Amino acid sequence: MTQSKGGTEGFEILRELCSGQMLAVLATESARKPYANLVAIAVTSDLREFYFATQRSTRKWANLTGNHHVALLIDNRTNQVVDFTRAAAATVLGIAEELTGKDLEEGLKLYLARHPHLAGFVRSPNCALFKVRVEKVYLVNRFQNVLEFHFPS
Amino acid sequence: MKRSNRYVLRLSELSESDRERAGGKALALGKLARAGLPCPSGFCITTKAYDDYLDLTGLRQRLMLLLERKPFNEMRWEELWDLGLRVRSMFLGTPLPDELAMPCIKSLESSFASMSASVRSSAPVEDSASASFAGLHDSFLNIQGTTEIIDHVRLVWASLWSDRALLYRQELHLDPAFSAMAVIVQEFVAGEISGVAFSRSPGQEGLAVIEAVWGLNQGLVDGDVEPDRVLLDRKTGKVVERHEAVRENACRPRTGGVTIVPLSLEEREKTPLPDSVAKKVLSMLVQAEGLFGAPQDLEWTIRGDAIHALQARPITTSTSPDQGGERAWYLSLHRSLSSLKELRQVIEAELLPEMTGDASRAEALDLLALDDGALAKSIRERQHLLDHWEGRYREACIPMAHGIRLFGQVYNDRLRPEDPFAFLEMLAGDEGIVAVNRNDALLELAAMLRDEPHLAAKVREGTEPRPGSRFAHSLANFHERFGDFSWVMGEKKDGLGGMMGLLLEMAVSPSDRAHSRQSPDDASFLDSFSADEQTFARELLEIARVSYRLRDNDNMALGKLKKVLFDACEEASQRLEKRESSELAHAVSAIQERVSTSQKPTVGKNKRNPPSGVREQARQLVGQPAGPGLARGTARVITQASELASFRSGEILVCDAVDPNMTFIVPLASGIVERRGGMLIHGAIIAREYGLSCVTGVPGATDLIRTGDSLTVDGFLGIVTVSKGSGQRKRRQRTGKSHQPG
Repeated sequence: MTQSKGGTEGFEILRELCSGQMLAVLATESARKPYANLVAIAVTSDLREFYFATQRSTRKWANLTGNHHVALLIDNRTNQVVDFTRAAAATVLGIAEELTGKDLEEGLKLYLARHPHLAGFVRSPNCALFKVRVEKVYLVNRFQNVLEFHFPS
Repeated sequence: MKRSNRYVLRLSELSESDRERAGGKALALGKLARAGLPCPSGFCITTKAYDDYLDLTGLRQRLMLLLERKPFNEMRWEELWDLGLRVRSMFLGTPLPDELAMPCIKSLESSFASMSASVRSSAPVEDSASASFAGLHDSFLNIQGTTEIIDHVRLVWASLWSDRALLYRQELHLDPAFSAMAVIVQEFVAGEISGVAFSRSPGQEGLAVIEAVWGLNQGLVDGDVEPDRVLLDRKTGKVVERHEAVRENACRPRTGGVTIVPLSLEEREKTPLPDSVAKKVLSMLVQAEGLFGAPQDLEWTIRGDAIHALQARPITTSTSPDQGGERAWYLSLHRSLSSLKELRQVIEAELLPEMTGDASRAEALDLLALDDGALAKSIRERQHLLDHWEGRYREACIPMAHGIRLFGQVYNDRLRPEDPFAFLEMLAGDEGIVAVNRNDALLELAAMLRDEPHLAAKVREGTEPRPGSRFAHSLANFHERFGDFSWVMGEKKDGLGGMMGLLLEMAVSPSDRAHSRQSPDDASFLDSFSADEQTFARELLEIARVSYRLRDNDNMALGKLKKVLFDACEEASQRLEKRESSELAHAVSAIQERVSTSQKPTVGKNKRNPPSGVREQARQLVGQPAGPGLARGTARVITQASELASFRSGEILVCDAVDPNMTFIVPLASGIVERRGGMLIHGAIIAREYGLSCVTGVPGATDLIRTGDSLTVDGFLGIVTVSKGSGQRKRRQRTGKSHQPG
């Protein structure tokens, strides 16, 4: 668990959290109605890009075709009492784009290095790989400590 | 015999397999009893009861929320005190649920319906050969009635989370979230002579050590009563060395507890540890060592002719990795009322007058008349003086602050208020706080400017006040009473620019020394004591008020010493601007760093560095609630003294720590945010005096908040919200004053 220990820099907590978690909650929107689901994620070391895969027949893919703005929630709760103080959560806001061509190959390398067991899934013809370009991250730890990180566009 | 219920076990029934749920102390007592050594009979309330109490009441979650607000190793002594008080208050305010209380009472009532009990800790990690929690967990003696006993079981549980115990657990890398506590409830023996004994003297394997006092052991264990001491030959029982104490007091039973009382003349002159008693104790000690197969540390008591073993534990081989360091100093801060009374005498009668005298003598010296060599010498002497008094401050003044805490603990035990710091309202509003008196005088000067716009205009233009005018007279009077504090703002001696700016700003909006919250009256506290406890209660209240007042005043006195050092350095710097002097240059450079760090708030240590291009902005920061109220305003981050002059009325003061010498800007503030934490730090005390919202203990406050940020200071929850992060706004902004409840 990423604990916010003394002296730990805010950004390091964020880096450890994002690179340590395999799953995130993805929030999308369509017709002013929100939708959320779990996705397997991979992230670049500078935290500027997140990747996730989904089939093109899913609701989230449909939502993303209409609105590229997404939120990802990444947290390390363990469903225990200590979560209230020791868990950290990051809300990542950004723009999602479906990858193609060379970008897709680059993205797949990074994604499969994190989730090699998903190779069959992501290489299936109906599967799309998305890159989220991060604009802003809200990091919450110690229950109510909130830091914002603004990423350059 | 049928085993008792899962919450309560008879001490005599315990076996090694019960160690985890009964703790080492209870297990040892059971073993002593089964071996036929005389021990008070009793029960062990198991860790299962403790765990169920935390889970059934939801206390476990609340404790975690409290404990993890800030990294434990970043807390200063004031914050540790606060934490301990809050935790104890939580336990006090959370009764045992019936499903837990009833089985415990049922098991205890047959033995303790009419017999007094001792209620002692027995934590599973306590009293091992590698760790000693001796004196860190609470024990209660002479408790009468099962309801009272159960009430005190909660207090023993609470002591698992006491500041001192938490500190020790941290050193041992034990997570308090996963610690548990069993409690021993045993027959109370009103011993006439009591003591502790070690079956081996350190470095003298053939000798045993016995210490004894008149009355009960509590006085010895708490350090309030000095014991007589002997070293004995383990084989022959012959006393080879004897040390007799200055015998003055004893701990004796009183209704519902114990108390320290003076000894009779006969007892003062007679040792409680004659050879006959020493031999009796040694005999028991040797038996205990044989039984446990290791050197033992034994607590014992004698009533009539009978000796009783109260507890036995292995002699600790390694007590603490930091025995002589900060923890030892921290533990020394805990003082009894009698010790605090002596300390008060020292501080008020000796320390403060001497400190002020030293500063006055130095101030009286005409620096202009000194040649360079004499001035350099004077700088060194002034530095030496400051070092000396800062050392005395740490030895005497910080421990004196324990008077506030001691009062708070007794107040909370007696009145059980919802707010564990409600007692501070009884101490606030003291007319003797120098910083507040100084601020009142400043506000009077400011009122003159407000009432006389013509005068204010002249002052704004930089015109010196007309000699002989009422304002000039009041100004001179102010300097006479409180001295010149322009140095705090980094100004040259007697520079009036900063002070006049401050007065003009104060004149803009009248500031009240609020302290308008409903204060509990003295009677509500005193009425909670019986007639024979009234003296104790009144003395405790008096000591608490003195501690509260001194908390600020001793720092003001220290400030005068800093000022005379600053003056001498300033004179040297002026000379160095005109000519070279290696003597002066050397003297000034040696202390330049010291002056700047002592008068300037330090910039936060936890400078965060996100990667290039990524901007980090605090949105919400968690600290400790130190002054109730809600304030919204513009942040003014003060990182050095010269910035004090830029403070504007209605702004929120954000700093590393409010130095008592800079509290003159507090009447202008609408709220305070500090990195340094605690309810007893100067910023918190002064904020209460002005009824300001205050949040302390915000890590990185001066790094993460920028001047010009819009802040909401929630002094109820201890949260600072940065609602608009524009930062570094130059334009002066007006903000509303803090809102106070009721």
